[in-house]
Amino acid sequence: MGENIRLSLKGIFSHKMRSFLTMLGIIIGIASIIAIVSTIQGTNRQIEKNLIGAGDNLVKVSLYQDGYTYYMDNGLPQGVPVIEESTKEQLSSIEHCQGVSVFRQRESYNVVYHLNTSMSGGYIRGIESDYLQTAGLMVKTGRGISDEDNRQLRQVALLDEATAQALFDGENPVGKTIEIQNNPFTVVGTVVAKEEFEPNIETMDDYYTYHQDNGGAVYIPVEMWPLIYQYDEPQSVILKADTTANMTSVGKQASEILNMAVSNENVKYQAQDLMEQAKQIQQLSQSTNTMLIWIAAISLLVGGIGVMNIMLVTVTERTREIGLKKAIGARKKTIMMQFLTEAVVLTSLGGLLGVLTGLLLAKLISMLNGTPMAISIPASVFSVLFSMLIGIVFGLIPSWKAANLDPIEALRHE
Amino acid sequence: MLLQLEHIYKTYGEGQLAVPVLKDINFQVNEGDYIAIMGPSGSGKTTLMNIIGCLDRASEGTYLFGGDDISSMNENQLSDLRLHRIGFVFQTFNLLETDTALENVALPLVYAGVKKEERNERARKALASVGLEDRASFRPGQLSGGQKQRVAIARALINQPKVILADEPTGALDQASGKQVMELFRKLHEDGITIIMITHDANVAANADTLYHIIDGQMSGGGQ
Repeated sequence: MGENIRLSLKGIFSHKMRSFLTMLGIIIGIASIIAIVSTIQGTNRQIEKNLIGAGDNLVKVSLYQDGYTYYMDNGLPQGVPVIEESTKEQLSSIEHCQGVSVFRQRESYNVVYHLNTSMSGGYIRGIESDYLQTAGLMVKTGRGISDEDNRQLRQVALLDEATAQALFDGENPVGKTIEIQNNPFTVVGTVVAKEEFEPNIETMDDYYTYHQDNGGAVYIPVEMWPLIYQYDEPQSVILKADTTANMTSVGKQASEILNMAVSNENVKYQAQDLMEQAKQIQQLSQSTNTMLIWIAAISLLVGGIGVMNIMLVTVTERTREIGLKKAIGARKKTIMMQFLTEAVVLTSLGGLLGVLTGLLLAKLISMLNGTPMAISIPASVFSVLFSMLIGIVFGLIPSWKAANLDPIEALRHE
Repeated sequence: MLLQLEHIYKTYGEGQLAVPVLKDINFQVNEGDYIAIMGPSGSGKTTLMNIIGCLDRASEGTYLFGGDDISSMNENQLSDLRLHRIGFVFQTFNLLETDTALENVALPLVYAGVKKEERNERARKALASVGLEDRASFRPGQLSGGQKQRVAIARALINQPKVILADEPTGALDQASGKQVMELFRKLHEDGITIIMITHDANVAANADTLYHIIDGQMSGGGQ
């Protein structure tokens, strides 16, 4: 075998130009596949990272109707009771759940004002003192919302950075008064996410996926909710899972627990499953790219035929050599293996060069498009193995031809 | 008795188009013989050589090689027989141009499954026995015709065959080189190696101990 590989390399390097051109089909095919796979994987990782955020592993469980988030502005749903303290305890005992916080939420829709400036987009949340901790928020200036605020029904508010920027344009908002539904609230602090997270937004789809996280938020003590919205509206829950992988199961269990108390057939608690969402977007990008891989595979087929063609030429050129080898005692199988090895070495070299070219190509694409790339070791290994297989398949006919040459005829060949 | 050919016929084609090439060849070779077979071109001497060399099978007749019946052997057995028991020397040398003299000589050992160090050592010895130890790393293109043929003879000897088959071994050589090759054959014969040589040149044939003629597929002679 070692001898065969030595012979093959000798044959390949004695015809450098020809060998390179023969390998080109394989190189292009493998390079395209590797480039596509690396780009897909990079994009997928980016999608996952964008959706799941900076690893805060937060699952939001809220009311859904017919698969869409239920908006309280459309009227309050029947049969959704207030979440009891015992239910909350049940939620916090879910496996892999590290924290639970219950809150009320409305989209803001121009109900928040500071002087004549309104906050457009974003949401208002009525929270308890444990919310900031669970949501991974950090007080940047001033203070947070305390149990005392809720007990005393204080009209205080927290702003996130986007809201502070929109309403106060760089001024320090702490101590200032804002209006929510015509009720004055004193700003007591601003909050920021503990971990900086910038989603990578390239398309409109990305924008719609992330905009809700970026729209700005106003937090008030949840006990103040009836003041601005008149009712103890149904609540939502955030849960912190210990790992990203456990988000889905924590979300499912939480919604099951919450739905036990819900008597409305149409409105149910449901987790906003970011992992699921990520997978859907990934599948979309994957299906387009799978087609590209098939097209690249055609190039491999053409490359394989090229290899077969050149191997046939090689066999003809080396007819005398084959005749001599058979005459002096090489078995059929030995000759067959020699040429098969040569074809496999040729295509494997092509595959190897293809993987390198593909990775360079992926790097180039990622630099030009700003998308990340991921080097897939399994895909690279598989590509080289697959090019070996091409060598075997397309080397078979030429090798068989070589092995079955009649030594007498072959030695007479000019 | 090393080789025994009895009533060997070889016919190409079938029916009306059948061309008989060898007709009733009876021929024996003993160990240590030095035989020349002479004949004009088209006389069937190459076909006979191919049959003796187990590259071709006879249409009729029995061929025993060291007592084994060739007609009962399969392709792999014939390959092994050629590898271990026959050494071929061709008119046009048939060396691999991209390999060194040493690699050319060692080639049959590759097929015999001999390890590389041993291959090289034995090939070096074989090259020395034909007086070319200093040309081991030369490629055929860097050797003269006579040297090439001596490399080819070293290759034929490498597996210590029972018999050397030489097909016009001096046909492509000038007189001086041809003479050197003949001297080498003489020396091999003195060492006890069996040699069968076909040629159309009477001067070359004269080197052998026994001379056969073949004309129109029929053999005659056997005299000293």
